[in-house]
Amino acid sequence: MNDRKYIIAGLVIFIAIFTFPFWYNLGKASPGPDIKLTEKAKAAKQCVMPTEYMRAEHMHLLDIWRHAVVRNSDRTFVNASGKEFTMSLSNTCLDCHSNKAEFCDKCHDYASVRPYCFDCHIDNPKEKK
Amino acid sequence: MESSRRHFLTIAGLAALGLGAKPVLNALASGSAGEFTGGVDAFKLKPNDKALKAKQWAMVIDTRKIKQASDLEPMIAACNKIHNIPTFEDKRHEIKWIWEDEYHNVFPTAENKFLNDRVEHIPFLVLCNHCENPPCVRACPTKATFKREVDGIVMMDFHRCIGCRFCMAACPYGSRSFNFTDPRPFIKEVNKEFPTRMKGVVEKCDFCAERIDVGQLPACVEASNGILTFGDLYDPKSNVRELLKSNFTIRRKQSLGTEPCVYYIV
Repeated sequence: MNDRKYIIAGLVIFIAIFTFPFWYNLGKASPGPDIKLTEKAKAAKQCVMPTEYMRAEHMHLLDIWRHAVVRNSDRTFVNASGKEFTMSLSNTCLDCHSNKAEFCDKCHDYASVRPYCFDCHIDNPKEKK
Repeated sequence: MESSRRHFLTIAGLAALGLGAKPVLNALASGSAGEFTGGVDAFKLKPNDKALKAKQWAMVIDTRKIKQASDLEPMIAACNKIHNIPTFEDKRHEIKWIWEDEYHNVFPTAENKFLNDRVEHIPFLVLCNHCENPPCVRACPTKATFKREVDGIVMMDFHRCIGCRFCMAACPYGSRSFNFTDPRPFIKEVNKEFPTRMKGVVEKCDFCAERIDVGQLPACVEASNGILTFGDLYDPKSNVRELLKSNFTIRRKQSLGTEPCVYYIV
């Protein structure tokens, strides 16, 4: 019981150090990524699906597209409003979103995800080299 | 008193745990239900309207029209260009979709001691045979290579390939190549509409499935100047069947029972 003050002092110091990152960053939440749309994407108003869906589920949709194109040879996507699109990451998605660095990468970096789509799919079909 | 106090603490602890777990369970439940089913988010998938259709695609190669290697070059070049096929100095790294070889390598089971002069000296065009009974498909542990049900093309799903190379061992025609290194730096001229491959993936000719699906003939057939004919093997009126009816043809290693769909008129 004689060590009580040492133990409590130690605990206080430990908790202070342990929670330092939390209260240090308190009130200055890191801002979300600032995404830039290309003129073409802005003009189109809506992507192949509603924006909220695309924001949350585009990877799921890409997975559906991949399966449809590669394994079932279905190449055309018809959305709820009846508009048709060719299912292709390089030739459809990145045709509108031709600014991968300011669009795809911004969010992927923020969320710290590293999709390897672009190891094979050419990231900017329209870019002149 | 001792035991009832312990009992109280246990119950209190369990209750606190249960309360703490509830938000987590809620979050999990809402996550798995999925917020985007039906309504404005419904969609449909369908084939391209222009897609070419067949029960089983097949090719006839008229070797009588081949005189020298330069006759085959445009077809090989067309394929290499649209499919982003890398060029390696090192033969062991070579990626081949369509290439040329000599008669005795192409038809080792149909080689006579004394061969016809023409056949002995002309180059033969070889590619994946898109077998009706493909051994590579049976060997693949991930179903990365499969036979398309709609038209019999033996396809590769590069996303799924784990690079085990069982298919390369299974294929009796050497139609498959493995990417030992990242191929991108070795592609001379990149076709941005077609993906490249990555290190550790097997690849091969896909009968230009991406072109057939939008109503175009395979690139090699288009560049062949009449040497190659492409059509439906099971349509008795198709151009392929007409040629097979009026000419004597041979296939590679027929005795293996793979039922190759590339026929050679010799």
